[in-house]
Amino acid sequence: MPSELTMPELMYREALNQALAEEMERDANVFLIGEEVGRYNGAFKVSQGLLDKFGSARIIDAPISELGFTGMSVGAAMVGLRPVVEMMTWNFAILAMDQIVNNAAKLRHMSGGQLRCPIVFRGPGGAGGRLSSQHSQALEANYAHFPGLKVIAPATPADAKGMLKAAIRDENPVIMFEGERLYAIKGEVPEGEHVVPLGKADVKREGTDVTIITWSRMYYFCMQAAEELAKEGISAEVLDLRTLRPLDEEAILASVRKTNRVVIVEEGWALAGVGASVVDIIQSKAFDDLDAPVARVTGLDVNMSYAANLENATQPDAPKIIDAVKKVLYREGA
Amino acid sequence: MASPYSKEQLLTMYRKMYLIRRFEERAGQQYTLGKIAGFCHLYIGQEAVAVGPIEAIRPDDYMLSAYRDHGQPLARGSDAGMVMAELFGRGTGYSKGKGGSMHIFDIEHHFYGGYGIVGGQIPLAAGMAFASRYRNEDRVTVCYFGDAAANQGSFHETFNMAAKWKLPVIYICENNRYGMGTAIARTSAVPEIHKRAAAYGMRGEPVDGMDCLKMYEAVKDAAAYCRAGKGPVLLEANTYRFRGHSMADPATYRSKTEVEEERKNDPIPKLRDHALKNKLGQDSDFEAIEEEVKAQVDAAVKFADESPEPSLEELWRDTIVEEGEQDVRPRERVLGVKVTNWPKYPSGQELKVTWDLEPREQAEAADKKAGLSR
Ligand SMILES: Cc1ncc(C[n+]2csc(CCOP(=O)(O)OP(=O)(O)O)c2C)c(N)n1
Repeated sequence: MPSELTMPELMYREALNQALAEEMERDANVFLIGEEVGRYNGAFKVSQGLLDKFGSARIIDAPISELGFTGMSVGAAMVGLRPVVEMMTWNFAILAMDQIVNNAAKLRHMSGGQLRCPIVFRGPGGAGGRLSSQHSQALEANYAHFPGLKVIAPATPADAKGMLKAAIRDENPVIMFEGERLYAIKGEVPEGEHVVPLGKADVKREGTDVTIITWSRMYYFCMQAAEELAKEGISAEVLDLRTLRPLDEEAILASVRKTNRVVIVEEGWALAGVGASVVDIIQSKAFDDLDAPVARVTGLDVNMSYAANLENATQPDAPKIIDAVKKVLYREGA
Repeated sequence: MASPYSKEQLLTMYRKMYLIRRFEERAGQQYTLGKIAGFCHLYIGQEAVAVGPIEAIRPDDYMLSAYRDHGQPLARGSDAGMVMAELFGRGTGYSKGKGGSMHIFDIEHHFYGGYGIVGGQIPLAAGMAFASRYRNEDRVTVCYFGDAAANQGSFHETFNMAAKWKLPVIYICENNRYGMGTAIARTSAVPEIHKRAAAYGMRGEPVDGMDCLKMYEAVKDAAAYCRAGKGPVLLEANTYRFRGHSMADPATYRSKTEVEEERKNDPIPKLRDHALKNKLGQDSDFEAIEEEVKAQVDAAVKFADESPEPSLEELWRDTIVEEGEQDVRPRERVLGVKVTNWPKYPSGQELKVTWDLEPREQAEAADKKAGLSR
């Protein structure tokens, strides 16, 4: 389509920036708060220029008090503002988890439906470059566990923009994982009103032999693996979940029924991971459609190391995904 | 000195304190009968801390509390039957039986909840006050928490922000001297909680929490201060709970004499004495109130007892807002009372944001002086 050809290429961080600016323009209840979001223009430059545009009343530099400003924002949402809380990284949001989990996620339930809590908690997640254990973790499974939250993890700049806009308009608390290493990735992003509904997965690459299910940064390894596999005559479908709570069961099952073989790729740890729940959905609702056990490629069950070779070994990558695909296809050498 | 209060004011405060007392006594009784389960933290002895402040603020000011949260909504005008029904876990309770004793919410009366995590509500209150400033409204938020909660990180993180951003929030620390079974002095480097306000350059004062009128005066003053944009206030209400921490606690960690001494300080007869002495009410007035309140609480227990449990479909409701879902008005649902002041969630268009947290010129001037460039 010609309109797509003329779509501007934006970096992931620029797409997020555009979404924030547009939503703040649209609704004065929306404000951004977090460490370094204002004068510093964001630790990862997502909020670049927003202070100049919207002023310090709405782009708010918070003290290093994750629990404090998170809880404060939840309170503001309880009475109708629509805060966007930037976590410098999700590693630090662990300090704020009580406010997210025990307050934001549960206010509506505990009040018997009297309250709503329209708030977005967003920031980078996943492995950083050589930052060791405390800064390199994919923590989305933790939040996907809690009823009352929506959890999203877009992989592409277009989805990042569209899903952040949807998240800001959502009446519920939304947890948004951005890929720390995705911020500089470029892609075409529709201009203006581009809203990607939450809870909908996306077939990013059609295929017939195997379904690779993934989200966020791992998506790129999966696409790389799919290209490699295509050279060997294996047609892989890549399903980008995009939303981890609620899971798009329909899309998962539709793809499984088409390809009959599944590999799930997850940056986080295997035990109690999101992928484990995807396996559960597949085996309980599409068992008869499977031609092989579902395979999972996950981060190794260890803390992240600083040393380059150890760090790399910990993470899923294209060769590991290719191996897993060959295994579910019962190909030799796998 | 003559009392500066009217007879009506004093009788209203008396009625509210007496309602809380009777309600809590009946709640305790129903707990022992097995009608109420879970944790049930009674407010007996602390009534003045709820009633004085509530009389001193506007009905549309925000308020929230911890898990010892039956008293404040009752004083605000919540329906005693619906509070009791919530304690009973019935579908006619304010939270449809999903919150229980520790999570009373009555948004119609601007009571934004009881919270079960010690100190967890402290940042929420600052956020509500933040919203008031953001929208240029002159509402204040009143937030209750216990003495033990003052040792949580949430207290310190929030006080720093509330003071820095001059948020219109009144924190009322109910210092009943114990966090469960541990005397506050045993766990606190500075057990006089109000002194901690100084660490954040904010106003902090002790108040006699066994005196409804002292609480009234303190909060009236604090509210005016907040509404004038001068920032948050911490009031330390020195009070005492006559009963254990919860119904499950026989409170053996306190001596009999200590409790007996404190009981002499009962805020309810204290207010009556004040009224009688100033000829602002006579015995018959108080007796009439007591009879009415007893009947009211009896009716509340009956209402709760006769109410059905929530339907099982309720399990699947109220976790997230489904698309197009309308807000629930509990009193309308339960009592058929039309709610008129239900808060709206306004769309941004009408809002005028005028609050500048840090005026740009000021910041730039400071930077220049410090030799920094932006
Ligand atoms: C974070 C957290 N830790 C522990 C508890 C268990 N707990 C419930 S009440 C309480 C004592 C709190 O005392 P205080 O804040 O002084 O309030 P009071 O009960 O005296 O009103 C404790 C330890 C809890 N609910 N939350």
